[in-house]
Amino acid sequence: MKILVTVKRVIDYNVKVRVKSDNTDVDLANVKMALNPFCEIAVEEAVRLKEAGVATEVVVVSIGPKACQEQIRTALALGADRGIQIETDSMPESLNAAKLLAKVIAEEQPELIVMGKQAIDSDNNQTGQMLAALLDMPQGTFASELKLESGKAQVTREVDGGLQTVELNLPAIVTTDLRLNEPRYASLPNIMKAKRKPLAVKTPADLGVELKEHSKLIQVTPPAERQAGIKVASVDELVEKLKNEAKVI
Amino acid sequence: MAILVIAEHDNRTLKGATFNTVAAATQMGGEIHLLVAGSNCKAVAVTAASLDGVSKVLLADDLAYEHQLAENISKLVTELGKDYSHIVAPATTSGKNFLPRVAALLDVAQISDITAVEAENRFQRPIYAGNAIATVESLDPIKVITVRGTAFDPVETKGSAEISEISISHDAKLSSFIGEVMAESDRPELTAAEVIISGGRGMGNGENFALLETVADKLGAAVGASRAAVDAGFVPNDMQVGQTGKIVAPELYIAVGISGAIQHLAGMKDSKVIVAINKDEEAPIFTVADYGLVADLFDVMPELQEKL
Repeated sequence: MKILVTVKRVIDYNVKVRVKSDNTDVDLANVKMALNPFCEIAVEEAVRLKEAGVATEVVVVSIGPKACQEQIRTALALGADRGIQIETDSMPESLNAAKLLAKVIAEEQPELIVMGKQAIDSDNNQTGQMLAALLDMPQGTFASELKLESGKAQVTREVDGGLQTVELNLPAIVTTDLRLNEPRYASLPNIMKAKRKPLAVKTPADLGVELKEHSKLIQVTPPAERQAGIKVASVDELVEKLKNEAKVI
Repeated sequence: MAILVIAEHDNRTLKGATFNTVAAATQMGGEIHLLVAGSNCKAVAVTAASLDGVSKVLLADDLAYEHQLAENISKLVTELGKDYSHIVAPATTSGKNFLPRVAALLDVAQISDITAVEAENRFQRPIYAGNAIATVESLDPIKVITVRGTAFDPVETKGSAEISEISISHDAKLSSFIGEVMAESDRPELTAAEVIISGGRGMGNGENFALLETVADKLGAAVGASRAAVDAGFVPNDMQVGQTGKIVAPELYIAVGISGAIQHLAGMKDSKVIVAINKDEEAPIFTVADYGLVADLFDVMPELQEKL
């Protein structure tokens, strides 16, 4: 079974984001970038399936300017076999990303596609579902467990209030939630090896996709600041303040 | 043109998030139709018809929609939605699951998790875990939108809309429902609770969450957790409050043994009153807390339980 995994280059999750002073966007100049944490979980899941003998090949795809090759190499160091970069000037909107990925999937014909449930920059949580719709495939979103048996995928999903299990025909799209697995760290020999793994570059034109503009970013502002309050010295004082000052209990 | 809102329910009761989503839709201008798609869900449609601002309830009662499978629901909503200016659903795990499929099938974008409506085509939404607010203008003929419930006050139930039954069945036969395990609890749901008490890595283990539960019982509160506590395996993920968990905005939020990582603050900083209890006085949680208590939670919680 061939598995295709998508990865996105995003701001490192430990970095505090700042908005540009002209309110046009967030300031990403000289900021540490990394593999989106949910994509990292997706790579790990695919690599584990390969190690278990279920998958034969793991192909990793990223969309963006050349710098995203760094994240493809990270995924290759974690155990993916080869990479594909779809070169764009900037990060395309989700629907455009889904259209580009749909074309790659039509060429590659994987039986399973594993993606992160959301990227921690745009927080959209939609590309996997859009891709599934474009390909008319079933989806198992927010997965905390994935089992492949007798030509089907059984996915346990993290839903509000509990867990839901669905069975999907293959090929299918699975998006990862936090508890699906704990990603490994890449070893130095594997990082070296990853540099020699194949990485193909394609353009939207190669794939025959025209990127459409669906929305405009008008402005980006910092959120309303919350002022720090006071420190109380004891439980008695806390209870008194909540009762008489805040009046919430 | 009218607005189509998708109701969230479990075939028996209409979920609270629907009330907030209708409230957001009323700000977009236009008549509101509320779709109740499910199986044996007539009772839900009756409640739905009482929501203020709703002029018509569309009831699609079919076995194919029993478990809200995204593959089936999305085809129904796409077929109905072609004639609307807006298609709106709550940004819950259910809305997030099927609505992007609808957007893709209609060849339009989805604007996720909006927190304000500025105009019929202009919305605010948090990005980067709520560390920035983007104002986005849609260029599409149909606006597909998920709504962050906590950002809108729920509508009242004084209305009386007509209920119109529709018989459109879409069974994509791509997926099937196997089962579900829902957490049984007498406490309110996190996203609906007026008071929430959450524990972090400082709780030390899952058993110690009992300390929070005794206080929660006194306050009628829901119990939540930080991602650190979930990652450490103390408690299940459906308790997680944060960027990647639930977004909450209760009247009172009590953070216990939570340091206040960016991704946790993203989930709770719109709470009306925040209390932080942590023994590390440098913990970032204190920068957003109205009342901070620097103390060992294992001393504080039993005392708090006693004094409430």
